[in-house]
Amino acid sequence: MSDLAIRVEGLGKKYHIGSAQKSYSTLRDTLSTAFVAPFVRAGRLLRGQATGAAGLTEVIWALDDVSFEVRHGEVVGIIGHNGAGKSTLLKVLSRITEPTRGKVDLYGRVGSLLEVGTGFHPELTGRENIFLNGAILGMSRVEIERKFDEIVAFAEVEKFIDTPVKHYSSGMGLRLGFAVAAHLEPEILVVDEVLAVGDAAFQRKCLGKMGEVAQEGRTVLFVSHNMAAIENLCSRTILLKQGKFINDGPTNEIINEYLSDNKPLAYGNLATAPRPKSSYRPVLQSFNILDEQGEPTATIRSNDPVTFEIKYKSDELTSNLIFAILVHTVTKTPLVFFQTLTHHGPVERWPSEGVLRLKIPALPLGAGTYRLSVECATSRRPKDLVDVVENCAELTVVAQDFFGTGYLPKTGPHGYFLVNGEWEIPAASNGHMAGAPTEQTTKSVVEKPDIAPTAQETSQATAAASSEPTESTPTEGA
Amino acid sequence: MSAIGTTTPDTQASPPIKEVVHTQITPSRGWVSLQLNELWKYRELLYFLTWRDVKVRYKQTVLGAAWAIIQPFFTMIVFSLFFGQLAGIEADGGVPYPVATYTALVPWTFFANGLSQSSNSLVSSANLLKKIYFPRLVIPVSSVISGLVDFVLAFIVLMIMMLVYGIVPTINILFLPFFLLLAFTTALGVGLWLSAMNVQFRDVRYTIPFLTQFWLFATPIAYPSSLLDEPWRTIYGINPMAGVVEGFRWALLGTDTSPGPMIFVSLATAITLLVSGAFYFRRMEKTFADVV
Repeated sequence: MSDLAIRVEGLGKKYHIGSAQKSYSTLRDTLSTAFVAPFVRAGRLLRGQATGAAGLTEVIWALDDVSFEVRHGEVVGIIGHNGAGKSTLLKVLSRITEPTRGKVDLYGRVGSLLEVGTGFHPELTGRENIFLNGAILGMSRVEIERKFDEIVAFAEVEKFIDTPVKHYSSGMGLRLGFAVAAHLEPEILVVDEVLAVGDAAFQRKCLGKMGEVAQEGRTVLFVSHNMAAIENLCSRTILLKQGKFINDGPTNEIINEYLSDNKPLAYGNLATAPRPKSSYRPVLQSFNILDEQGEPTATIRSNDPVTFEIKYKSDELTSNLIFAILVHTVTKTPLVFFQTLTHHGPVERWPSEGVLRLKIPALPLGAGTYRLSVECATSRRPKDLVDVVENCAELTVVAQDFFGTGYLPKTGPHGYFLVNGEWEIPAASNGHMAGAPTEQTTKSVVEKPDIAPTAQETSQATAAASSEPTESTPTEGA
Repeated sequence: MSAIGTTTPDTQASPPIKEVVHTQITPSRGWVSLQLNELWKYRELLYFLTWRDVKVRYKQTVLGAAWAIIQPFFTMIVFSLFFGQLAGIEADGGVPYPVATYTALVPWTFFANGLSQSSNSLVSSANLLKKIYFPRLVIPVSSVISGLVDFVLAFIVLMIMMLVYGIVPTINILFLPFFLLLAFTTALGVGLWLSAMNVQFRDVRYTIPFLTQFWLFATPIAYPSSLLDEPWRTIYGINPMAGVVEGFRWALLGTDTSPGPMIFVSLATAITLLVSGAFYFRRMEKTFADVV
């Protein structure tokens, strides 16, 4: 036997949508349709429409001819937009629903985690629910008893373990649910978007636990919209689109392919750009990135001066406006927030339209691709947001020899910002200088200032100063 | 968000898989096997779901488990008043009418509750069906089994009543588990049909109270089946609950009219219901998660 864990061949799943097949019909409907249909059909035939189909059936293929293989120990992410078929795929793999065609081979016990706390009963206590939920997830009683204390500790509900779950806060319930599921030990684990539960601290804990599971050599299939989580956990990722298999490969490549699908807006006009909420008023009119000469640009070098320009127009609201620009990674990790209130102070009266410019003398971002989002609010509180445009611009930062050593820092695994500092290094007596750059390397890098950091060989200098860099570390591609 | 801790999982790090369970998923067509071995593998889940049903059944009620007794007991009082006193129906073998009726109502209540619980079981566990795989048969089976607790409680009251009326059970009481099993089989058989249909047609939910009421009067509870002459009495056994009820009376009260051939007719019907129900259930099973 090979080390294959999952083999999916030509998998298809068909759903009927529209009026032809309701999700549940009444007996009367069925009987009357059954009674009427032959007449309808006969009528059509008489009129010469020899279709024979009684009623239009709209069919969608939630999965269409999907094939891939996963080896034991691989952690594979599955991404795609809504309706791409990710959840359907997991449902088929965990045998909840049958495929319409195709074949799946699973080598190993499969545990699926499509929801946290499935089968929790509000009237039962935390203790009872652990056993119930464990059994539902496929654990044996002995197994649950063995892991009971660990589960309780992980969920942080020791004090309430004998309280009915209906008295739990929703966060506690979710934590308990995740804790049980996290102690599942199948050979193949199938996880849907379930990590987005609880507060930030617990989410981090969940992600950590998932990372542990991944490192134990378990085979994991992981669906998420959280690209940062996918990036952190999965070495390989599969991209689906409208039920079809699009691509499969190293995570960062696939994520870039996925994100390039929702490209940031063209520079300039924001007036007609989609807003995350329909209640927002289109106050923001345009956004531009300007270089030193005041020319619109999309690319700067690390530590270059840059200017962000917002045009706004607000007929009704002209008092106490606050504008802000957020620089974030493509996976939405916030990096810097520039806000008129904090950078400039409150401004009471505003003209009904105008242009704001934010001049940054040096933007110390490492090489990579970043995105910007702009927002406008009327007071400090976020609920008073007037307008938001997410991903309104993309900024590519190319590397330059920031520290003057000839070694380029790696964005992402080594952070996103470049800050100067001075190392005091103990001198070795016999002249062995670890990490001192040679004249030659410095020169070669200076000659090619926009070299991508991934292409840069990580030398002893960086390796000694930080954790071991890996080949797979994600870097937003330039 | 730093990726410092991230590593590519090393293929060498994966533990050697000792015995690999191979599962193949393909579309199924038509009738499928019952896969009772799979059901056996999930017996712990069956246990926990039953246990949950039992624990939860009378939570947040004032009278609690007393409801298990109130239901058959008050039905017995009403029947004794209207059928026993007003209509003047007499039980077989000179047994007091209330005892004969209550003896019938104990298995009947188990059956009726098991039937309605299991028929609604799939729809009320919709969330489980959509999120987790397990043999779906576990759900209706556990909901019938959980009714056994109520049965035991009502049965204790029956014992007390017999004591009060000075009735000594006969040696035939040894057959009682068999009649209970017959009631169980019937409840599950019908429950399997109705629960699978309920997923598709929610009409079933509204049919059940009507069905059980009709069935109550079609079963010799308020009256003895000896009102019928042979061969009609044997044919009456087509209603498996007729066999169960008469069996209970025979085993406990020693009514001299032993149910005889009627039992075999009941047994045949019950087994037919169960087997056909199980196959129908398995056939419909693949659509549950999509339709429910």
